[in-house]
Amino acid sequence: MAAHPETSTTAGPARRTFLKTIGVSAAGLAGVPLLAACTGGSGPSAGGSESSGLSFGSGSSDEVPKKAYEAVTDAFTQKTGKTVRTNVVPHNDFQNKINSYLQGSPDDAFTWFAGYRMQFYASKGLLAPVDDVWAKIGGNFSDALKKASTGPDGKMYFVPNYNYPWGFFYRKSVWASKGYEVPETFDALKTLAAKMKADGIIPIGFADKDGWPAMGTFDYINMRLNGYQFHVDLCAHKESWDQKKVTDVFDTWSALLPFQDPAALGQTWQDAARALAAKKTGMYLLGSFVTQQFTDPAVLKDIDFFAFPEIATEGRDAVEAPIDGLLLSTKGGGNAAAHQFMEYIGTPEGQDTYASVDASNIATAKGADTSKFTPLNKKCADTIAQAKSISQFFDRDALPAMANNVMIPALQTFLKNGKMDVKNLEAQAKSLYAAQ
Amino acid sequence: MSATARDLVPPESRAPSGTPAKRVGSGKVRRLSRRDKVVLSLMVGLPTLIQLVFIWLPTVMSVGLSFTRWNGLALGDIRPAGGDNYQYISQDYPPFWPAIQHNMLWLAFLALVATPLGLLLAVLLDQQIRGSRIYQSIFFTPVMLSLALIGIIWQLFYQRDNGLLNFLLGTSGTPQAVDWFGDSSINIWAAMVAATWRHAGYVMLLYLAGLKGVDPSLKEAAAIDGANAAQTFFRVVFPAMRPINIVIVVITIIESLRAFDVVYVINRGTNGLELLSALVIQNLVGEGQVIGVGSALAVVLLVISLVPIVFYLSRTFGRENRA
Repeated sequence: MAAHPETSTTAGPARRTFLKTIGVSAAGLAGVPLLAACTGGSGPSAGGSESSGLSFGSGSSDEVPKKAYEAVTDAFTQKTGKTVRTNVVPHNDFQNKINSYLQGSPDDAFTWFAGYRMQFYASKGLLAPVDDVWAKIGGNFSDALKKASTGPDGKMYFVPNYNYPWGFFYRKSVWASKGYEVPETFDALKTLAAKMKADGIIPIGFADKDGWPAMGTFDYINMRLNGYQFHVDLCAHKESWDQKKVTDVFDTWSALLPFQDPAALGQTWQDAARALAAKKTGMYLLGSFVTQQFTDPAVLKDIDFFAFPEIATEGRDAVEAPIDGLLLSTKGGGNAAAHQFMEYIGTPEGQDTYASVDASNIATAKGADTSKFTPLNKKCADTIAQAKSISQFFDRDALPAMANNVMIPALQTFLKNGKMDVKNLEAQAKSLYAAQ
Repeated sequence: MSATARDLVPPESRAPSGTPAKRVGSGKVRRLSRRDKVVLSLMVGLPTLIQLVFIWLPTVMSVGLSFTRWNGLALGDIRPAGGDNYQYISQDYPPFWPAIQHNMLWLAFLALVATPLGLLLAVLLDQQIRGSRIYQSIFFTPVMLSLALIGIIWQLFYQRDNGLLNFLLGTSGTPQAVDWFGDSSINIWAAMVAATWRHAGYVMLLYLAGLKGVDPSLKEAAAIDGANAAQTFFRVVFPAMRPINIVIVVITIIESLRAFDVVYVINRGTNGLELLSALVIQNLVGEGQVIGVGSALAVVLLVISLVPIVFYLSRTFGRENRA
C-alpha cells in the first residue's frame, strides 16, 4: 500500500469520509441510550401550565391497587373531562429511584407516603405545596391526618388516600376451640403465648427475610414503653440510641423471642400469612394488608384483629397505621388539573372509588362509605379512629438509610442471638444523619 | 524493540537523504496527511473519550465522593468528610467485615470446587463421548439464564417447606427441615453451590476451547514416552494450556469479587450473605442511599479488584514484550 502513495491519495477521501461517517454515526448511536437514560424512564408528561390533563406516576403496581387507581383516574376523567396519563412503575423500583425520579422529569402527581420520607423531599424543595387543595378538603380529615400531611415548613403537601393499621391477626375458630382470650397487657400476651406453645402451635407468626417486618414489633414495643413522641424523636435522631429507654425495648422484646416463629429469617410475610391461614401459628403481627393473602373467603371470614397490648403507662394511645396518598412534584405544582386530581382523591367520593376495588385498606376521608365494611375492616377503622397518635412505621418515620442499612441487619442479628449493640446503632446513626 | 519499530517503518521513508538533525528540526518526514491525522485522532480519540466518560470519570468521581458526605440531591449539598466514610465502614458498619470474609470464602470455594469441576467437565466432554454437545449445552445453560430465573430455580430446590432438597432429606414440613436460605450458618454454602452451578459451566466452555487448541501430537508424544493418562494431562496438556489457565485464574478471582446476583435474589445480601458488591448496591442504589459510604465501599472493592487486573495485564503484556 505504502508503495503506491498516488493511489492512496486519490482513493483516500471517499474511504475516509466513509470511515468518518461511520465513526460519527457510531458516536451518535452511543449517545442514544445515554439521552434516554437522562429522562429517568418516565413517560412524556404535560407541560407545567397545561390544564387539559396531567401525568400520574404510580408505584402501586400490584394487581389490585393498580386496578383501583385505574378506577380512580377513570372516574376523575369522567367527572372533569381532564385526561390522566398513568405511568405504573413496580413499587420497589419506584421507591428505590425516587431521588432521580424527582430530580429528573417527574410526573405531575405521584403516589407516596406520609412521614419523614415525605418531609425530607418537601424540605429539599422537590414537592409542590397544596394548601389550596387543603382549603377545600380540610374538613374531610382528622387532625392526626392533617398533621401527617404537613411539611416541615408548615405548608400542606400530602393528600392521604388510605391507611392500614398494624396489629395482631388471628383465626377466631382456633382461638375459640382452644379457649384463648385477647390479651390486654403484655404479661397476658406472654402467658397466652406460653399456653399456645404448650398446645404445640407456634404462638407468634413472624417473617423477616425481607428485613422490614421486624420493625413493626420494634415500633410497638418502643411506643408502648416510651410513648409516641419518643418514637418520632428517635426516628428523627433527636434522641440517642445509646440510652436505657432503647435497651429496655430490646430487653422487653427478648421475652417474646422464644415465642416467635424460629424460621422467621427464611420466610417472607406472605409465607407467614399462609402459616397463619394453615393454623400453624397462633397470631401474627402485621399490617392489615395481610388479608390480601387470604384468598379463601372462608379463611378471610375467620380472621380477627386486636391492637398491640399495653406495656407501660401509655396504654394503647398510639397505633401504627402508615398512610399512603398522593404528592405533587414541583412541576405538577403549576398544573391546575393536577391540583384538581389531588382534590378529588381527598374527597369521600374519590376514596370510595378506590376502595370499591381495593378493600384491604381503610379510606381516610370522613364520610367515606363504610357500609361495605366487613366486621374486620370496621375494627381496623375504629382502632385508627380511636388512636391519639398515628405512627408511620419505622422505615417511613426514620431516615431511609437508617432503616434499610442499619436497622435491617441489626434486627436480623437480634432475632438470631437476642443481643443488640445500641452503642453501635448510635455510632451509625450519627454518621448517617450527618450526611443528610 | 527498536528492531521491531524499524520493521514497521515503510521502506521508502526509512533512510531519507537528509541527516538526522534535519529530520528533527523540520519534521519534514510527512507520512501522514492532515486528513490522515484527523481520521486517526478521531479513531483513537473517540474510544478514548468513551472510555474516559464511562469508565475513568465515574471511577475518579467515586473515589472523590468517598471522601464526602452527600444526600444525592443538589450538588451544593456535597460536603467534605475526610476519611470519615472509611472509618465508618471499617469500625461502625457491622456487615463490612463479614462481607470481606464472605468474599474470601467465595473465592476459595470457586477456586477449589467450581473451577476444578468445570475443568473436570471439560476433560470428560472432550473424550468424544456420545451426546457430548447435548451435555455441553446443558452445563452451559446456567451461564445464560437471567437473574430472576436463577432465583426461581434455586427457590424450588431450597424452599424450606416444599423445596426439593428438604423433600429428598425427608424433613420437608417438619420442624427439623433445614432452612437453607434463612439459617445464616448455612445459606452462604447454599448460595455458593448455586454460584458453582453457573461458574462451572463457564469454566467448562473455556477449557473445552483450550483443550481443542492443544496440539494432538503432544499427547501422542507423551503416550509414546510411556506416560499414562493422568501424567499426560497434568504434565503435558495442562501446562500447554497456560494462556487459558491465566484467563481462568483471573475470571475466578473477578467472579468471586463481583459475586452478587445469587445472594441478591435470595435476600439482598443480608443475614449471613453479606458480600461487598451487595453492600455497595445497598448503599448506593435505592432509598437507603448514602453516597459517601457507598462510594467508600466501591473504592475498597476497586482496590481489591486491581490486584488480579494488574496481575493479568502484566502477564499479558509482559509476554508480548518478550516476543
